[in-house]
Amino acid sequence: MTEIKLMKGNEAVAEAAILAGADGYFGYPITPQSEVLEYFMIEKPHERTGMVILQAESEVAAINMVYGGAAAGKKVMTSSSSPGVSLKQEGLSYIAGAELPCLIVNVQRGGPGLGTIQPSQSDYFQSVKGGGHGDYKLIVLAPSSVQEMADFVSLGFDLAFKYRNPVMILSDGVIGQMMEKVEFKPQQKRLTEEEIMKKCPWATTGKTPDRERNIITSLELVSEKQELHNIKLQKKYKKMIDTEVLFEKFDCDDAEYLIVAFGSSARICSKAVKTLRENGVKVGLLRPITLFPFPTEEINKLADQVKGILSVEMNAGQMVEDIRLAVNGKVKVEHFGRMGGVIAMPNEVVEALNNKLIGG
Amino acid sequence: MTEEIIIAGFGGQGVLSMGKIIAYSGIMQDQEVSWMPSYGPEMRGGTANVTVIVSDNKVSSPLLNEYDTAIILNQQSMDKFEETVKPGGVLLYDPNGISKNPTRKDIKIYKITATAEATGMGNPKIFNMIVLGGYLKIKPILKMENVIKGLKKSLPERHHHLIPLNEKAITKGLELVKET
Repeated sequence: MTEIKLMKGNEAVAEAAILAGADGYFGYPITPQSEVLEYFMIEKPHERTGMVILQAESEVAAINMVYGGAAAGKKVMTSSSSPGVSLKQEGLSYIAGAELPCLIVNVQRGGPGLGTIQPSQSDYFQSVKGGGHGDYKLIVLAPSSVQEMADFVSLGFDLAFKYRNPVMILSDGVIGQMMEKVEFKPQQKRLTEEEIMKKCPWATTGKTPDRERNIITSLELVSEKQELHNIKLQKKYKKMIDTEVLFEKFDCDDAEYLIVAFGSSARICSKAVKTLRENGVKVGLLRPITLFPFPTEEINKLADQVKGILSVEMNAGQMVEDIRLAVNGKVKVEHFGRMGGVIAMPNEVVEALNNKLIGG
Repeated sequence: MTEEIIIAGFGGQGVLSMGKIIAYSGIMQDQEVSWMPSYGPEMRGGTANVTVIVSDNKVSSPLLNEYDTAIILNQQSMDKFEETVKPGGVLLYDPNGISKNPTRKDIKIYKITATAEATGMGNPKIFNMIVLGGYLKIKPILKMENVIKGLKKSLPERHHHLIPLNEKAITKGLELVKET
């Protein structure tokens, strides 16, 4: 058993990365995630594990440093907040095209544009539908506690290497800034160059006598070849859909109404569910943990059981579209959200469910 | 047991660190905790506040629209949070800097002259620990030994020599609190 600590979500991400045996972090400060970089600077992981921490000159530079590190088979990551993540989208598309593993943490704030520095969930579309150009997908993990901020770092790296694909932890200012109990896994060793060559035969580790040099690129000028590459990528995404869906259910067994919410909204909704249950309303909560792949099948099943579904998100209605696709018209699906950095409170969720589903 | 607290005052009054000590003390007695601060421009708008939850069960929402206890340390916070105390709940305030006394009739209201006392004790910085003592008198949710352990955890080691002083301040707070 390791010691239980009280930590901010942002700090937990940084500590978990050091313990996961990450090789490098490249980032640029932006509220509300600046504590990630700050924690690294204070902790000096170079002295603990040899992990490299670099404050890049910009977000664009940071994601391209990640691209370079990942190409060499290294466990590398970056973190930012919404406007900063927008700047990283070109790099992300390239990394996805080149099929490289890496971890990106987005601690969302209100938008569009520079927006506010308060929590938001309005980067859902950007995260799960591509974000950059081209047909690509990230695996998107949505933590709802500080413990999960820590746990999803090693899970994220594992999935990234399993699929040679970027993984995103989609958090927000609530989870990044709040402190909760957190327990860490023991220190993992960083891989040696030999281990990387063995585990990542695709990496640009130099030409060896038994093979040609590895080339990592997202450029293919022959359309037919590019189509084959796309087909291969789509097969990979299909495999993720078939095998990597994660979600949590609360009070769903006898539920007549269902709330679907992720991340910090799910925490707020769990309080609302408690209140509603005390008032005799049979309501359950489904929390998608992976936003891509989305728990489509489970929501479809629950749609046979409930009279209506409410999607609660801190945005104008983004995940609600995926829920409607999953439900395929079986029941009414409504959305409730606050925007621009305003957080929906438990009593507002209670009111919304009453107005939009029970009364409506 | 679940105790949902809002602590609100000016930045620099030790609002956030007081919340952190409560949270750490909760961990020291094996409870679930959450600590959610106001940050950024919100903090610069006159009030700094933190929502602290200590519970025997998993904490649901770290953000709340009503509280069991409000610890109020300036007028702006009184204006903002008096109405958010649950009926039957507790409001604890320091009269220093309060121009309009709370008026709710359906909650228990306590006063603690922590600012005056801290100045009297020659160290304004222990103000927040006097308030914490007052709070623990009204709601003895944390054992003193765990509060000391919590203090040790949340204070950097170079400040550990101040723990006896903090303990003294908490004890002072336990004596000071008065029902109004």
